[in-house]
Amino acid sequence: MDLAAVVVYEVLYTIAFLALISAGLAVVFGMMRVINLAHGEFVLLGGYAAIVSHNTLGIDIFVSMLVIAPLVVAAFGVVAERLIIRFLYGRLINTMLATWGLSLAMIGGFTLIFGPTTTSIKAPIGGFAVGDYSLSGYTIFIIASAIGVILLIFGVLKYTRAGLIARGAMQSADMASAFGYDTSKVYMVTFAAGSALTGLAGGVLAPLVGIGPTAGLLYIAKAFITVISGGASVVSGLIASSGFFGIVSQLVTFATNSVIGEIGLLVAAVILLRLLPTGISGRFFRNRL
Amino acid sequence: MTARQVLSSVVVAAILMFVLPVFFDVLNLTTFAAYALLALSLGFVWGYGGILCFGQTAFYGLGAYVYALTAINTGEAWSGFFLAILLPALFAAILGAMMFYGRLSDVYLAVVTLVVSLILFRFMNHTAGEQWVIGEARLGGFNGIPGFPTLHIPGDPEAYIYDENLYYFTFIVLVLCYLLTRWLLGSPFGRILVGLRENEQRIELLGYDVRARKTAAFAFGGGLAGLAGCLYANAAEIITPELFGLGLAAEIIIWVIVGGAGTLIGPMIGAAVLGYLKFVLGLRAVKEVFGRENPLEATLVFGTILILFILFLPRGMVPSIRDWLGRARLGRGGPRRSSRRRRTQAERARPNA
Amino acid sequence: MTINRRQFMQGATAASALATVPSVAMGADTIKFGSILDTSGIFEAYGKPMEKAHRLAIDEINAAGGLLGKKIEMIPYDTQSKMALYTQYARRMTRKDKVDVIHGGILSASREAIRPSLRKAKTLYFYNTTYEGGVCDRNVFCVGTTPAQQSAILVPEAIKRWGKKIYVLAADYNYGQITTNWIKHYAKEAGGEVIQADYFPLNVSDFGSTIAKIQKAKPDMICAVLVGLAHLSFYRQWAAAGMKKKIPIATTTMSSGNEHKILTPSEGDGIVVCQSFSPQADFPSNKAFLAAWKKKFGHTNDIHEIAASSYDGVRLWAEGVKKAGTLDRMKVIQALESGISYTGPTGKVTIDGKTHHVTHDMHLIEVKNQTLTIAKSYSQIPPSDTQRVCDLEKNPNDTKQYEIKI
Repeated sequence: MDLAAVVVYEVLYTIAFLALISAGLAVVFGMMRVINLAHGEFVLLGGYAAIVSHNTLGIDIFVSMLVIAPLVVAAFGVVAERLIIRFLYGRLINTMLATWGLSLAMIGGFTLIFGPTTTSIKAPIGGFAVGDYSLSGYTIFIIASAIGVILLIFGVLKYTRAGLIARGAMQSADMASAFGYDTSKVYMVTFAAGSALTGLAGGVLAPLVGIGPTAGLLYIAKAFITVISGGASVVSGLIASSGFFGIVSQLVTFATNSVIGEIGLLVAAVILLRLLPTGISGRFFRNRL
Repeated sequence: MTARQVLSSVVVAAILMFVLPVFFDVLNLTTFAAYALLALSLGFVWGYGGILCFGQTAFYGLGAYVYALTAINTGEAWSGFFLAILLPALFAAILGAMMFYGRLSDVYLAVVTLVVSLILFRFMNHTAGEQWVIGEARLGGFNGIPGFPTLHIPGDPEAYIYDENLYYFTFIVLVLCYLLTRWLLGSPFGRILVGLRENEQRIELLGYDVRARKTAAFAFGGGLAGLAGCLYANAAEIITPELFGLGLAAEIIIWVIVGGAGTLIGPMIGAAVLGYLKFVLGLRAVKEVFGRENPLEATLVFGTILILFILFLPRGMVPSIRDWLGRARLGRGGPRRSSRRRRTQAERARPNA
Repeated sequence: MTINRRQFMQGATAASALATVPSVAMGADTIKFGSILDTSGIFEAYGKPMEKAHRLAIDEINAAGGLLGKKIEMIPYDTQSKMALYTQYARRMTRKDKVDVIHGGILSASREAIRPSLRKAKTLYFYNTTYEGGVCDRNVFCVGTTPAQQSAILVPEAIKRWGKKIYVLAADYNYGQITTNWIKHYAKEAGGEVIQADYFPLNVSDFGSTIAKIQKAKPDMICAVLVGLAHLSFYRQWAAAGMKKKIPIATTTMSSGNEHKILTPSEGDGIVVCQSFSPQADFPSNKAFLAAWKKKFGHTNDIHEIAASSYDGVRLWAEGVKKAGTLDRMKVIQALESGISYTGPTGKVTIDGKTHHVTHDMHLIEVKNQTLTIAKSYSQIPPSDTQRVCDLEKNPNDTKQYEIKI
């Protein structure tokens, strides 16, 4: 019985992990049809920001993770958007390649600034016990963060004026600008928001994983697959695909080992896309958030 | 393609083949020729077929592994050489049929192909143990397979084709593949393929079976990539799962973009130039210009070049140079119009552009 | 066209003739030292300090008057963590630079990529990294430690301290799998048992379900052969789950990428490591090495075991050249085979003539407050794994990498 609880707990954690690392990418892809291949490095930038602000500047760890990290990455996102991405809107492949270049450049930059080794911070929450098993309390914080992020995206898009304008501009840029909204600004703000979510993911994950210049590779493939499999609807697609992949990969890992778990996730992605060629939300949640 | 065009291509290629070794090391050239063939395969599939395959490495790595495993088991090279074309082509046909008959396209197709090559990557990395044997050959896991028999003169497994001769062989294979691809594009099949890239629906309404043609094109590209893998294996004399990896998968796309999608010669040049750039970035001369501690990261340079290319030369080198030459020939007046016309054409050439 | 071709072929023949001239006959006024390492890309954290170690050793030798009256010139190549570049640079080093010796290579695949061609080109090669063992090639010297050297000490000691049931977590590649086999072997010898061995691809960073599985299996200890950045997460998630006080960890790999400096004290303290190097080892030759490193590079934070053995590699080679009195490859090899030793950062290292591997001083180390405190030292541990399969005195023409059956 205890083991079952532990399994559920780990599955939930994996879902939360996937949702967190994919949320920023999902916003940017779903709203703007831009795939940011430097996403993994954006996650790292969030991690670095949290670590530097906590370890070097001595700022409270929760403030570092939840405030500083998103702000830093959002600011960086604005710069990247203004200097590179805004010239490439509507050219999906070109944005992918330019952001791939950005990713390489950021890896080089991290190495220059922080050195080639990894850095980290200590998890601020200790463990607890379920029956015979010890579990990480910090995992609960991760799960809560993921839920918070999803609610935030949903709330902003659905209930705020900014969200409405953003959705409008994405659906028909011409119409939005005819109504007097500056679409270029809308794009910039959306990209910044996506970057902030990515930075948040980096911040809260920093205590669990090591942050080093080349660690972005760990995130990009998973986030990319999760987002594309989810399809174009930001919220429902994100929930559906991270739920699906989280369950598949963790259950397979439990039943066999983590190699098969990893391969299981990938095979599941191929089958899923074969059956639903426009992602989960392209089939089931069309025209919803 | 006319006889004259073939002849001129062959003459240019022959001159290049003999001039290049004067300036560059033949092992480099052999490697770059294999890369060029790989880029050609994607240049065909993507630039002409409109299929953005993010996992061309799957076929490339498969070609290399099929070659090495067959060569170890048979003790000679040629059955492996042909299997390295056939099996990846077959695999591509199956994968392609699965995707195209499932109406998969766009980024979704990109993800599926990427995932397939990642699966192969993970799997090959996992095969270090003794239980992973095919015939006499161990799969070797992360460390790869070293020491397989390399190409030799048919009938005499001891007479290896290596060094300069391997370079000539690889280069000639590359030229033959290029001519074959050109010929294919000039055939009715190729014309329909290009039409399909421009407007899939229209071609379908005209009564052509779009899915079968895309599958065939994908299989042809897979075969070329497999052959490239086999040639690379012969140059490097070791293969590792890195051949399936994410890094190389992205690099191929970069070669095609930098060289110019929508041309055949562009991707090949892109592969060779960027392959050489990577080689140069690790040399002492480059490392020490900027001081002993080498603050200049190869990745930083590579990334910056890529961004600049996409921003300022988004159509790639070959189309831009061609344009520039055309402008120079036409003099003033004409160039602007021609460049604008070409641009829209090139943009249409890019899927999802 | 025919003329072109003929001219070219003449040039090529001349060039290849030149390449086969032994390096001593060149009359060069410097000794050329080729260094081939991944100093950028994902293995940079391993490769950069190794390159520094090469520089330091060479500068020291040069400052002391060089070798055979000549200065050593270092020719570094950065393979950017790409296997394909190894073959290309190795060829450039042998053909164009005509180096006298090559040191480097990190992954086993990178070594195997260049080993055959260096043998053909008759260029002496030093591979200075900890690896899975078994290379048997007279042209190559392997200066790093091998699995038997680490686990022979670590496993019995851990069983003595903590109990008999071992749960192994290993990186899913050749080094991890072979080391696991040795752990099983030594566990049996010491009366213990490996109850479960799990393998992880190098990119796995989520160990939640594994930690639950371990708790279900209730071992007396964990033996970790985890490698690289992603695997570092294990130690952190282990501590975050509160497991650190319940089940102890022994490892052969943990500090090789300086992971103990990344982990906070509460995550790292108490982990037991076995390796040949510790910056906290306070014998004189190590102190001198650390002082020289600090003077040259400003700080010693980045030194790890394979950087220290890279330094040893250069020094051993230099001793061999001194003893041979020439750069002639065969004479240097013979001199090295005579059992040359050097006392440096890892203690005394001695070349084993039969296997071209190295006998090391090994240290049982406890992680304490982000430092590696030596608990016990073991003098002159032989590379007993490779010794089982390789005898270059008997078979000087052997070129295989053996897979050692236990």
